[in-house]
Amino acid sequence: MNIAELDSDALLIALRRVLAAKGIASEEEITERIAITDAASPAGGARMVAKAWMDEDYRELMLTDGARAAETLGIPMRGMPPLGVLENTTEVHHLVVCTLCSCYPRAVLGYPPFWFKSVSYRARAVRDPRGVLLEWGTDLPEQVTLRVVDSTADYRWMVLPMRPDGTEGWSEERLASIIREGDMIGVTVPQAG
Amino acid sequence: MERDVPRAMHDLGGVPRYMCDAIDAEPHELTAFDREVDAIRQLLGMKQVMSVDELRRGVEALSEEDYLRMTYYQRWLRSITATLLAKNVVTAAELQAALEATP
Amino acid sequence: MIAPGTQVRVRDDWPETRGPCHIRTPHYVRGEIGTVLRHLGDYPNPEDLAFGRPAQRLPLYHVQFKRYGLWDGGRADDDILIEIFGPWLETSS
Repeated sequence: MNIAELDSDALLIALRRVLAAKGIASEEEITERIAITDAASPAGGARMVAKAWMDEDYRELMLTDGARAAETLGIPMRGMPPLGVLENTTEVHHLVVCTLCSCYPRAVLGYPPFWFKSVSYRARAVRDPRGVLLEWGTDLPEQVTLRVVDSTADYRWMVLPMRPDGTEGWSEERLASIIREGDMIGVTVPQAG
Repeated sequence: MERDVPRAMHDLGGVPRYMCDAIDAEPHELTAFDREVDAIRQLLGMKQVMSVDELRRGVEALSEEDYLRMTYYQRWLRSITATLLAKNVVTAAELQAALEATP
Repeated sequence: MIAPGTQVRVRDDWPETRGPCHIRTPHYVRGEIGTVLRHLGDYPNPEDLAFGRPAQRLPLYHVQFKRYGLWDGGRADDDILIEIFGPWLETSS
């Protein structure tokens, strides 16, 4: 049997049937797992970032123990890899990539987006990161160091972006609403407007 | 300092032939197929039938042609299937029978 | 244990040429000089986990490389951080 040549949909149906019959993965378990996985989204990471912008103690916690910081906001981290948080400053901007596969901080950002898994992003982010950022319209100032983080092993990495100008006096909720997934990977930076 | 190295095909960092490829940043909705494969992989991990490391190795074992042709979760499905067969969690006969029973 | 600030060289080793393997050290950093930023903890060796073999826990380090050294061009002060397992790092200079 050449697995690569089988029709993908037919193979999935067949595999599901075999795994259900063996009691390894039932229909109900698969449905439940999908629901749990769908519940994770960039909104989780955005709440963390907004809180870190407002609360200095929380920012400290986030930078020293990302998983615990996520848990304090009710984001489930049990069984998840350790979460490292990379803080952007006026001197350093972080960009996360996984050149070997597509390691992604799923607990706080949800499923990885298509571009993160793409061959071109994985190839270019380490070698032409400023060019990659420009494709998102992110023109990093010359004096800022661009630090690429290749996620190769057991950690998952998210970026704590800088709070944009023009958000003074905003509530945590309003701040969270402007933070996008790309801001927490480093291809974009949050915009007030 | 471009060295000619015996890089594996999935080891993509800085590979020259992709340097001029634009990145498709458009949102691509996951399909039911994608979500199901993802969920099955998680269940196999939780039940210690198969690790994420085994998943990766199985993806890396695809031919470069298949790797570049298949979608992300199509690769996963091939890796999961190959790994379960190799570990005798599923036999080829069982899979064949299930494939034939599929309309 | 390798202390933060220690200069290390990634082994210029290519297990890919010796048969089936699973490696988490990217090709582009082999043989390169970097600096250990910190120890990230000890984790089971993925090179064994990938084959369903018993896996020894190994120290994992965050290592910083100047991008300038990895490829011609680029900016001298941009850099890359990579997670690398202890056995891939040489400390004798």
